[in-house]
Amino acid sequence: MRLSKAWIVASKDFKTFTKRKSILYTIIYFEVIVSIGLPLLMRFVVSRNNKVSVGSYLPTLLDAFSFLYVIGAALAPLGIASYSLIGEKVQKSLEPLLATPTTDEEILAGKSIAAFLPAIVANYIGALIFTVLMDLFTYSTLKSLYFPNSNFAIILFLLAPLACILSVGYNILVSSKVNDVRSAYQFGTLILVPLGAVYLLSELKVFSLTTGIMLIIAAVLAVTDGIVFYLVKTTFRREEILTKWK
Amino acid sequence: MNMIEVKNLTKKFAEVSAVDSVTFNVTKGEVFGLLGPNGAGKTTTIRMLCCLISKTSGEARIAGYSIGNSADSLAIRKLIGLVPDNIGLYEELTAYENLDYYGKLYECPEAQRKERIEYFLKMMDLWDKRDQPINDFSKGMKQKVAISRALIHDPKLLFFDEPTANLDPESAKVVRDFILKLKKEGKTIFINTHNLDEAQRICDRIGILKTKLLAVNTPEQLEKTVWGNIRTVIQVEQITDPILAAVRKLNPKDLSVEGNNLILTLTDPQKENPDFVQQIVSAGGRILNVTQLNPGLEETYIKVIQETK
Repeated sequence: MRLSKAWIVASKDFKTFTKRKSILYTIIYFEVIVSIGLPLLMRFVVSRNNKVSVGSYLPTLLDAFSFLYVIGAALAPLGIASYSLIGEKVQKSLEPLLATPTTDEEILAGKSIAAFLPAIVANYIGALIFTVLMDLFTYSTLKSLYFPNSNFAIILFLLAPLACILSVGYNILVSSKVNDVRSAYQFGTLILVPLGAVYLLSELKVFSLTTGIMLIIAAVLAVTDGIVFYLVKTTFRREEILTKWK
Repeated sequence: MNMIEVKNLTKKFAEVSAVDSVTFNVTKGEVFGLLGPNGAGKTTTIRMLCCLISKTSGEARIAGYSIGNSADSLAIRKLIGLVPDNIGLYEELTAYENLDYYGKLYECPEAQRKERIEYFLKMMDLWDKRDQPINDFSKGMKQKVAISRALIHDPKLLFFDEPTANLDPESAKVVRDFILKLKKEGKTIFINTHNLDEAQRICDRIGILKTKLLAVNTPEQLEKTVWGNIRTVIQVEQITDPILAAVRKLNPKDLSVEGNNLILTLTDPQKENPDFVQQIVSAGGRILNVTQLNPGLEETYIKVIQETK
């Protein structure tokens, strides 16, 4: 597989996304809510409550918020991944694309990069803003900088990319079965259910998101990514695309 | 030299044959047209030859490369250009961006890519619109861009799948003229079409496909093969006995007279017509008109297709 070819495919998609503002918004809106909205909310909570009482539950709250970056990483590529393939289907541009000297793997890699890269970059920019604002608003209460910490590093550099990859792969599978971007997006959001469940269960104290638990989640995500991309590879074959994708 | 060699090529979807044991060759520089009703297997044949779908059995070689061999597939795709029946351009991108993208995928060096994009867009009269999104283009303009896309890497062999379908007559003519220009440049061209008039005007040889390849030949030979002898009508100012006697001397297969028309059934009109004309003139006849009662490709096609029912 030539990465240069995959990059050509991805670059074309980046160019398309910049011209389709609605796709860009699907990446940005969650990041804005979590990265700016939550710290502002935290500032409000801190300013309205007794510092001692807030200080006792603040770390738990910050850890819970941190996990939203895993959910965000899975949510952000949905719009792009949906449009990337459904757009080709709707415009019937897959046949001329497949007639070029580009392999199925290169096209698939290009499409995956096009969905993964902007999503993960947006997630990291959001996380950086979140870190700065949260530290700014909680420093006076905690008397130390809560972020960065090891758990947040695991979330950002292990769980978030794995969740993002899973979302991209799952969405490619969904896109092969449906014909419009909205349906692909709606079916695609189902990938958030297990991640949301993890978040909810941790909030309900069924388990805590300790380093060990997060590493187990990472292992499960990695195995699932492998399975999903194996399925994607068997689905993303030119003959399959031209004769069975409707 | 054969650019395309197809031998017993078959494609089945589940148990249904889309293309059944098709055999033909296309020589370098030839324009070959494949005619057939909807569902005859024309697009499937092109897709197999472009290595987009696999064959079930048989053999096909493009410029010596085998279509069943995955290592050869990339080499074949570098050699060919495809204009599919669906235009398939990126609507948000400009004409220039669309061509540039495909130029990159076809591994054209940057300088060559820029040069060829400018050449094609100018030739297609679209240079002034190069920075407009495809979305704003008419169907004819889009088809011109799609053809430019297929030519961006200077392919040796071009596949056109219904190139003038859904185009207005003016745009269709532009496309047809362009195909003829490519023919003059020596490109080998394979066309799927429903348009019989177009096929007759453009193609050197025609194949009639209905899952099986029913006939392959030049349009003229195809008519001759299907209809047997061809009738020539010679309109004479006045038909006299000496004229009839002179005509009979040449032993036409059949001779009848309708008014001042002599209707002759001939095996090879192009060869025999001058002899008949000379005989009539020698017998004192004044020829007003010589016409061939040509059944035409349309009737030939319909006859071939109906014979399979």
